[in-house]
Amino acid sequence: MEAKTLFDKVWDAHVVKKVEGGPSVLYIDRHLIHEVTSPVAFLGLKNRGLKVARPGQTTATPDHNVPTTNQHLSIVDELSRNQVDKLKTNCDEHGITFHGLGTEGHGVVHIIGPEQGLTQPGMTIVCGDSHTSTHGAFGAVAFGIGTSEVEMAFASQCIMQPKPKRMRITVDGELKPGVMAKDIVLYIISKISTSGGTGHFIEFTGSAIQSLSMEGRMTVCNMSIESGARGGLIAPDETTFEYVKGRKYAPKGEDWDKALAYWKTLKTDDNALFDTEYTFDAADIEPMITYGTNPGMGIKISENIPTSDGLKGNDKKSFQKSLEYMGFKEGEPILGKPVDYVFLGSCTNGRIEDFRTFAKYIKGKKKADNVVAWLVPGSAAVEKQIREEGLVEIMEEAGFELRQPGCSACLAMNPDKVPAGKYSVSTTNRNFEGRQGPKARTLLSSPLVAAACAVSGVVSMP
Amino acid sequence: MPIDKFIKLESAAVPLPIENVDTDQIIPARFLKAVERKGFGDNLFRDWRYLEGDEPNPEFVMNNPEYSGSILVAGKNFGSGSSREHAAWAIYDAGFSVVVSSFFADIFKGNALNNGLLPVQVTPEYLEEVFETIEKDNKAKFTVDLENQTFTNNTTGSSFEFEINPYKKTCLLNGYDDIDYLVNMKDEIEAFEQNR
Repeated sequence: MEAKTLFDKVWDAHVVKKVEGGPSVLYIDRHLIHEVTSPVAFLGLKNRGLKVARPGQTTATPDHNVPTTNQHLSIVDELSRNQVDKLKTNCDEHGITFHGLGTEGHGVVHIIGPEQGLTQPGMTIVCGDSHTSTHGAFGAVAFGIGTSEVEMAFASQCIMQPKPKRMRITVDGELKPGVMAKDIVLYIISKISTSGGTGHFIEFTGSAIQSLSMEGRMTVCNMSIESGARGGLIAPDETTFEYVKGRKYAPKGEDWDKALAYWKTLKTDDNALFDTEYTFDAADIEPMITYGTNPGMGIKISENIPTSDGLKGNDKKSFQKSLEYMGFKEGEPILGKPVDYVFLGSCTNGRIEDFRTFAKYIKGKKKADNVVAWLVPGSAAVEKQIREEGLVEIMEEAGFELRQPGCSACLAMNPDKVPAGKYSVSTTNRNFEGRQGPKARTLLSSPLVAAACAVSGVVSMP
Repeated sequence: MPIDKFIKLESAAVPLPIENVDTDQIIPARFLKAVERKGFGDNLFRDWRYLEGDEPNPEFVMNNPEYSGSILVAGKNFGSGSSREHAAWAIYDAGFSVVVSSFFADIFKGNALNNGLLPVQVTPEYLEEVFETIEKDNKAKFTVDLENQTFTNNTTGSSFEFEINPYKKTCLLNGYDDIDYLVNMKDEIEAFEQNR
């Protein structure tokens, strides 16, 4: 039999039909939806006189727009409220499970999928959101789609997709103390750039990846899109099975045994070929931070900001434009730079492990007076666990407060906006111009680095 | 909704010689709150196009009356970032039907094709030539011929043969969209579900 990669195995098992000279008709096991990219798709469906074909395989939650305080009150921003209300109405009309604000199932769409056991190895999962790649941590083929494709998934439970190429990224060795999953992925993107993965689906492997918890693996796969890749995935193993077992929508009893037997076959065959391969040594990775306006512009915190020497033409202009936006100079240290805001949260780093790491670091210390900190759990379940584990008391003693779940300042569609010119150390995924608010300046980091910056008030080594 | 047909176009071009133009620059997240597909074109490149107080930024190319046309020419890695189809809608609604770059992000490319917006990928060298032609003459015309898959610089006569998936080409030439195709596959999809 032909040797196959993990990606091939999952993809090929979902091809309903390959269109001659064109894309594949790909069957979708789970469709996750949120308030921003679904309304136009629902409208399109209505205009065609269609209903959602498989509402049972579709799950909804409002996350992008929602405020992170006073969620029991009506949303103040009229447009945001309208979008959230519209999602509820559309779900009711089509019989889709809706996890509204204040309910125990609410949260960022990519946090609640795994939490509820909706995300399982070997599945195809789509959502009108590029960070759908998060679910690849379970050995699923999961990727973000546009609204036209959301409408396709509604109408037929399938989408039309050209098959991406295969890339393997191996990270072997032991991680240094203080190096988190976020540092691994920021390091990889700093090496392969924000377009290095374009056209590919990435399999992450190697001992450093396998040593990660499911939370850490989700962080790595989450940011695979920032390398330009369609998605990333990791072969499921005991860590994966242990995480999925017993969750609300996980298979039970005999179904579990059957599923587990199949999941154990989901790994790349020994002789399978990849179109592109990279190998990195875990020992080379240190706590990272970004200094520019795309996620590929990352350095070790101990390093100086690079210079534009050796760049020319538009490359040089783009680099200089980026530093000008950030208010940084070429070649200067990033350590000691001012920090005005710290944001812990998002589908990248809004899980329980991230809050444990943050709390452990700040325990017995105090938040710097010059820093505004937003600690936003990824879901109601994460919030509950934070409270149960006594992390809130640690945060409050150190001068921090916990907010309510949502995407929040990751993309600033809600009131959590970083003001113009201010520096934000953020555990999120994008440092694009204006991402956290018009003219806001974002430095991406791990939760541990964010904690160090929050107590020192400047860019610091944890 | 069904897409507009795209067959052939002759037009001047609007240059945006910036690399890594991400979807947050094309349309910032705060303008994604509509529940219908309208008005996105007004917010295309919002934070570059307008100064504080919604004053048009005279330095941004779209506010310069010397430049016009329905071809947008941009630096490499255009459309990286979010999956928001609003980015393709905003460009299309602002009057562009072709985007030229030396490299496109995957999701953006797919979204563009699903909306009748043609992404034309050229080599970095050819892209430089196009920018140079526009710099010398901002009224310079270009011809995009989808049937023959050519992008021609009318000034220099230099022509570039671009790639497009044959299925997507048929869709654009005829104004077909994927949803009709998928809805017609109902029986095959049901059979697939039964046989899993």
